[in-house]
Amino acid sequence: MGLKQNLHKLKEKYAGTKMAPAFNAIHTFLYMPNETTRSGSHIRAADDLKRVMNTVIMALVPVLIFGIFNTGYQHYAAFDESMRLAPLQNFFTWDNFMLGLWTVLPLVLVSYGVGLAIEFVFAVINKHEVEEGYLVTGMLVPLIVPVDIPLWMLAIAVAFGVIIGKEVFGGTGMNFLNPALTIRAFLFFAYPTWMSGDKVWVHGAQEMAGQPDAISGETILGSLAQNQEVVYSLSDMFFGFIPGSIGETSTFLILLGGLFLIFTKVGSWRIMLSSVLGVLAMGLIFNSVVNAGWITPGSNFYSLMSTPFWQHLLLGGMAFGIVYMATDPVTAAQTNKGKWIYGFFIGFISIMIRVFNPAYPEGVMLAILFMNVFAPTIDHYVVKGNINKRLKRLKVKTA
Amino acid sequence: MSQDIKIKKGLTINLIGEAEKNLSGAPRSRTFAIRPAEFHLRIPRMMLREGDRVEAGQPIFHAKDDESIKFVSPVSGVLTKIERGAKRVITQLLIEADPQDTFVEHGALDPKTASAEAIKTRLLESGCWPFIQQRPYAIIANTEVIPRDIFISGYNSAPLANDLDFSLQGKEREIQAALTALSKLTSGKVHVGIHKNSNGVFNGMNDVVIHRVNGPHPVGNVGTQINKIAPVNKGELIWTVAAQDLVIIGELLLTGRFNAERIIALAGSEVKSPKYYRTKIGSEVATFVYDSGIKNENVRVVSGDVLTGKSVTLKGHLGYYANTVTVIPEGDDYELFGWNKPVFDKISTTRALTFSWLNPKKKYDLDTNTNGEHRAFVVTGNYEEVFPLDMYPLQVLKACMVKDLDEMEALGMYEVAPEDFSLTEFVCVSKQPHQEIIRNGLDLMYKEIG
Repeated sequence: MGLKQNLHKLKEKYAGTKMAPAFNAIHTFLYMPNETTRSGSHIRAADDLKRVMNTVIMALVPVLIFGIFNTGYQHYAAFDESMRLAPLQNFFTWDNFMLGLWTVLPLVLVSYGVGLAIEFVFAVINKHEVEEGYLVTGMLVPLIVPVDIPLWMLAIAVAFGVIIGKEVFGGTGMNFLNPALTIRAFLFFAYPTWMSGDKVWVHGAQEMAGQPDAISGETILGSLAQNQEVVYSLSDMFFGFIPGSIGETSTFLILLGGLFLIFTKVGSWRIMLSSVLGVLAMGLIFNSVVNAGWITPGSNFYSLMSTPFWQHLLLGGMAFGIVYMATDPVTAAQTNKGKWIYGFFIGFISIMIRVFNPAYPEGVMLAILFMNVFAPTIDHYVVKGNINKRLKRLKVKTA
Repeated sequence: MSQDIKIKKGLTINLIGEAEKNLSGAPRSRTFAIRPAEFHLRIPRMMLREGDRVEAGQPIFHAKDDESIKFVSPVSGVLTKIERGAKRVITQLLIEADPQDTFVEHGALDPKTASAEAIKTRLLESGCWPFIQQRPYAIIANTEVIPRDIFISGYNSAPLANDLDFSLQGKEREIQAALTALSKLTSGKVHVGIHKNSNGVFNGMNDVVIHRVNGPHPVGNVGTQINKIAPVNKGELIWTVAAQDLVIIGELLLTGRFNAERIIALAGSEVKSPKYYRTKIGSEVATFVYDSGIKNENVRVVSGDVLTGKSVTLKGHLGYYANTVTVIPEGDDYELFGWNKPVFDKISTTRALTFSWLNPKKKYDLDTNTNGEHRAFVVTGNYEEVFPLDMYPLQVLKACMVKDLDEMEALGMYEVAPEDFSLTEFVCVSKQPHQEIIRNGLDLMYKEIG
């Protein structure tokens, strides 16, 4: 085959030069390399990092497509509230899709364009291969931002997240904070007005603010934090016909994605399950506080505290965070026992932040970043258990 | 007292080309080779020169740090060549063999009545000592230290490995003699692990503790058995001996001759008729590979099993410790979209569009392609699935890479040999060289802690 031979010749030509990593990144995208084992085991399993990352992306595709439709749907429904009466009929329409595509696609392109460009530059400078981590990060980023975020803002955040969140530590595998969440956190703290409130979740709301036909779309968490009534049904929440960040709304599709990741053994079921348990535990604690009558309906926290504990899983970015963010193997706890603890506290702390922080009612991002920082500590103590067992064995012997 | 072992973690790799249980004699090799690199960290000091005559069992060199550890010629003939590499390191010794061997005669030694000291002296002077490995460090045993226990695995669970129940049959006398002798050299016991359903030679042996093992590979690795029976603690030292080497030790004791004969399994998908051969340590692999025939010239010839063996070419020689020769296709070709298309013809422990989980019994034809490029460690939790030792494999590897001696010691490096990490290496998504990392880690510890 001509292409194969020509690329092989080009590879030989570039070998050892500065451009080799950049060329190889493109070459290995087309062809799995002709590299053979040199030391140790002479045969290797079929999986490589590209395949693993690709699996995560496959799990994200349904969520992205739904997000595209939802972007259009939320925009049109803001003008015509009657659409919400029959979401299924009005959701998968061409208009919704086209509007969503024109809004979401630029975000995806900017995210990948800026991020991968930085990855290539660092690979060339540091003379290592372009690692695949950003393939997933680049897909996650557009899914966790509000629809109308300006592209320049996203570009700056991506640059910050990739350089400060990852490359300064040595690239994929070396970072201790989830890069996608670092990007999200940068946006949140640098441009707070674009990241919260009732004007950012629906396409067009920001532009029309102040006009007579202005639209708004508060997220459910936003409404609850202000003790307002929630207008969406439980099935809307579960299937995702609600305003929110692009990819976070459909708990149903996220659940399918999560099951796919668990089935393929790419995502850690330990982290997902323990996070859910953490959410339920904290939710139950708050519910019982309300039931005990310690919190009155007049309190700031009443609405969120009295939300039935299991409904927290349907709200905000909880499900998305648990399935796609908490399970990032690089920044999560690395031991199996550690994963249980790590996941549980992500769920637990998320709900705590959600309830006690009225300014920013979504705690998943901060909870995961917080636990990212603690993951090495958790692992340290888990591994310490094994070390102590070994020391004890020695003591029994010598005693 | 029998302490049986059952493990769940691990992975049995089924490959095409299992050796048929049919024994042939391989044609006698013209040259024999010894590669001192196989005697890790034991630097050779020559006792003979190029052109000298040797008898079978005559020492050719000894270890630089311990003169009593002698390495002998497997055959009689002429030491024709001492090949040297960079910094004049001896890479290979070539012996041109006589048509018939003449042996150095040591005289018989009855292990039942002989003293421990006499047995030890005999093993050292006859060149059998290199068959005894020690842990920690996975090197030829220190001659000064009495081992806490001795471990022998009588079951090979590696892919396409030599079936010891077949290849050791009829060697009961030799093996019993070796086991009795070894049992006198330890302050503890000689532990032998055999498969749950084995009815091979080790059944009913005296002076040993038999452990019946069951589970996926690496249950047959001696390292797994040690970890489950009595792990090596800091300050302790144990010996391991490969089962097929017991035959040579036993024969030496019974007859006084170092007979380097060994029954090897010739296996692998590229071999036309995979079967067992009777040959000698250091033979040219061509003598039996071409006798059986190969399907292709672009092959990887491995002296040993595919997970832990050494690569030799078709012109190469059988290793000092190998009892298997595996021939598999080289994988030096590109594969269009190999990273994202569904995979049916390779083994995987995930289900990421890989379908080996559908049929765990299916036999595969794997080549030497790495199936991806080297990356930093990213995925976690997949090593643990195939690593039965009570230890944290990823953390051990990382400690070795950053040369943190305290951490390496605390995490259990004294217990392991590189082969214990062959399966984690096989499944590694980041294609890291685990065995090399562990070997370098052990070398560093040996140098710094000793």
